[in-house]
Amino acid sequence: MTKKEQILIEKPDLKKAEDIEKKAGTVEVFIMGKSYKVPAGLTIMKALEYAGYRYIRGCGCRAGFCGACSTIYRKEDEQKLGFDLACQKVVEDKMYLVQLPFVPAAKAEYDIDKLEATESTIFDIYPEIARCVSCNTCTKSCPQDIEVMKYIQRAVRGEIAKCAEISFDCIQCGLCAMRCPADIKHYHVSQLARRLRGKYLDIKSKNLAKRLKEVESRKFDSEIEKLIKMDNKEILELYKNRKIEAEEKGPGGD
Amino acid sequence: MKVTDGYPEYMMKSIKLVEEKREKNMSQPVKPMSMKAREEALSKHHPDYMKGTKRKLKVGRDKGMLLYNGIVDLLEAKPVLDPKDVDLSKIDYDVDLLIIGGGGAGTVAALFAYESGVSKDKILIVTKLRHGDANSMMAQGGIQAADRPEDNPTLHYLDIFGGGHFTNKPELARALALDAPGIISWHEELGIMYDRQEDGEFQELSGGGTCRNRMHSAKDYTGMELMRNIRDKARNLEIPTLEFCPVAELLMDDKGQVAGGIAFNLETFEYYVIRAKATILATGGSGRLHLANYPTTNHYGATGDGLIMAYHAGANLIDLDTIQIHPTGDAYPEPLVGILSTEKIRGLGAIPLNKNGDPFVFPLEPRDVESAMFIQECKQGRGIVTPTGMPGIWLDSPMIDIIHGEGTIETKLAGEVRKFKRFGIDMAKHPILVYPTLHYQNGGVEINEKTETKIPGLFAAGEISGGVHGKNRLMGNSLLDFNVFGRRSGIYAAKYVKKAKIGKLTLNHLDKYNKMLKQASIKPAKSAPIILPEYRGEMAISRALDIF
Repeated sequence: MTKKEQILIEKPDLKKAEDIEKKAGTVEVFIMGKSYKVPAGLTIMKALEYAGYRYIRGCGCRAGFCGACSTIYRKEDEQKLGFDLACQKVVEDKMYLVQLPFVPAAKAEYDIDKLEATESTIFDIYPEIARCVSCNTCTKSCPQDIEVMKYIQRAVRGEIAKCAEISFDCIQCGLCAMRCPADIKHYHVSQLARRLRGKYLDIKSKNLAKRLKEVESRKFDSEIEKLIKMDNKEILELYKNRKIEAEEKGPGGD
Repeated sequence: MKVTDGYPEYMMKSIKLVEEKREKNMSQPVKPMSMKAREEALSKHHPDYMKGTKRKLKVGRDKGMLLYNGIVDLLEAKPVLDPKDVDLSKIDYDVDLLIIGGGGAGTVAALFAYESGVSKDKILIVTKLRHGDANSMMAQGGIQAADRPEDNPTLHYLDIFGGGHFTNKPELARALALDAPGIISWHEELGIMYDRQEDGEFQELSGGGTCRNRMHSAKDYTGMELMRNIRDKARNLEIPTLEFCPVAELLMDDKGQVAGGIAFNLETFEYYVIRAKATILATGGSGRLHLANYPTTNHYGATGDGLIMAYHAGANLIDLDTIQIHPTGDAYPEPLVGILSTEKIRGLGAIPLNKNGDPFVFPLEPRDVESAMFIQECKQGRGIVTPTGMPGIWLDSPMIDIIHGEGTIETKLAGEVRKFKRFGIDMAKHPILVYPTLHYQNGGVEINEKTETKIPGLFAAGEISGGVHGKNRLMGNSLLDFNVFGRRSGIYAAKYVKKAKIGKLTLNHLDKYNKMLKQASIKPAKSAPIILPEYRGEMAISRALDIF
């Protein structure tokens, strides 16, 4: 039995599909140039599926975190290209759509343990950042609205911490790199900046170091062993009566 | 329909009530529930306890076990691979360690196997989508580790065990609690940017069911920050990775050991025979099966393939009679339905409210209890129903800025703010609407402390495994899980590899499984694993031909 036959066993509810179209109204989209009518209000991803596409590439988390579904679109009668994520952007009437299946940008290889976080570290590994012509196309193509050009400028100046901070929300979809006239691989550059900052610049936790030593000296082993050996009633009592910090002090954190 | 600030007028009226009562709601918090009240809420309103969601499995090692219908359907389906179609005499990849799944657990496993002496050209990661396309990438709220002086691993253990309704395998819960500080320390070495105070100590929040604030976070992109760092390290080491090549079935040998797998190239439809001395199953969860008809927060490839192929090979399953529904899936607007709004929103102080603007539950009960209370409130008519008929509960996010100062939401919940802003909703100004969504596979393939399954040569780590969280997982323990058990699987598989000897390769276990289906008088209408979910429009499918 083929996959397609299997799907048809569960009879498609065409009535329901018609109802959806009636209720929401339809818009016309052009998927790689071909016209399809889809219900209004769908995301680009769901619109493609509605039209009959089954994703292999171009679909990952479906929630805006993974950067698999970077999409380039243009609206009829407009010159300008738009950039977004197919899982986040809602279709509009007369949209021309195409997705990037893969980004062939080169990533440098390095051993983070052998690097130092100096003003020239990023530059030494990704020297092409010096070629930035400040056109800001990267920023304009970022679906996360990150100030991409600004963080590249920070990288050029050797300001690792700032580059890491500005770039933090990067989902590595690669649209910036695909648009850059200077062939900068922005999202790889900022990955390096964040790792350098996390490893070398942020102050480390003393509490953690202390706790780690206690765990290594097996300080908690016998306590936990005692809990493991308890019968259900005993541990239930202990659990019920444990003090809850969030309740006493209100929500935690800073 | 008139829409203001992203909400239709009737929803705005309800928001007015939320605003009027905000001050009062903040000053008079609802207390945590008693154990008895918790049990009552669960038994009445959680799908785990409701009739019709589950049935007994009729085939294989765990025959008679009660499981969710959607999982039984696949376990009682025909193995997707026909052994006759595969030529085992030609080996495409001959490695020491096959890792199935390129998410958090699989990648961590590869790094520690490498550190434990398996050479990188003898490791192979195969993954269904891209390296890093996984639920790991999507986890927002944080990762637990008891490292503050006010806290300790014993308390963490107690939270894990109580949260799991005392059903966890104790040795796995212990490993999770005790390994946690070491994992955070490894992350510091990798260069993961955790949220810190000025003195370098971590900013730690509480989560549902935790008795101390021990949630480490990286804004609300914690999983993404972990996954992209770990993946960067794997890429720097050039650990071989095959993308868009899911393993469809495990490979065995004549001694009954797992000896690799058959991968399927999604683009060319070729198969590859992968022989391995040890195999780590790190295929993740199964949200895309939409058990009990819930929408899901999970990534596209989360179809439970690992459960099916491990069961075909004779491994056993536990705790799959429970699913985790996360209380705060998005209920509005329609394109976001099912997507997660992080528990961190409640961790930072936002309170769930009904349509009258009244609180009805302690905001940080364990997830199953919190969900059950949301469902109850909606069933009793105090939810807000969206224009598409979806019920929901307000989560009063503006409280966060009132508690922690203006701008907190913007900086600490950047991803959430961005998500709602696309639809004209400012969560710093107005509450968001939530309803439970299918989030996590609590159980899975049973493992021990060394991540061994019952089948020699087969290890499992991450969401695919069962026993760590018992019948319910707490927030911040899944990012921890994939690190703790991913690491352990890499280390123990590396040890195993040194002694392992593979015999003659076979796929006989699939023939045997087909026979068992026949003996149980099951006439499978489907085949499994399913590899990807089917979301094509019904009109398009109904007219599709099978001629090309």
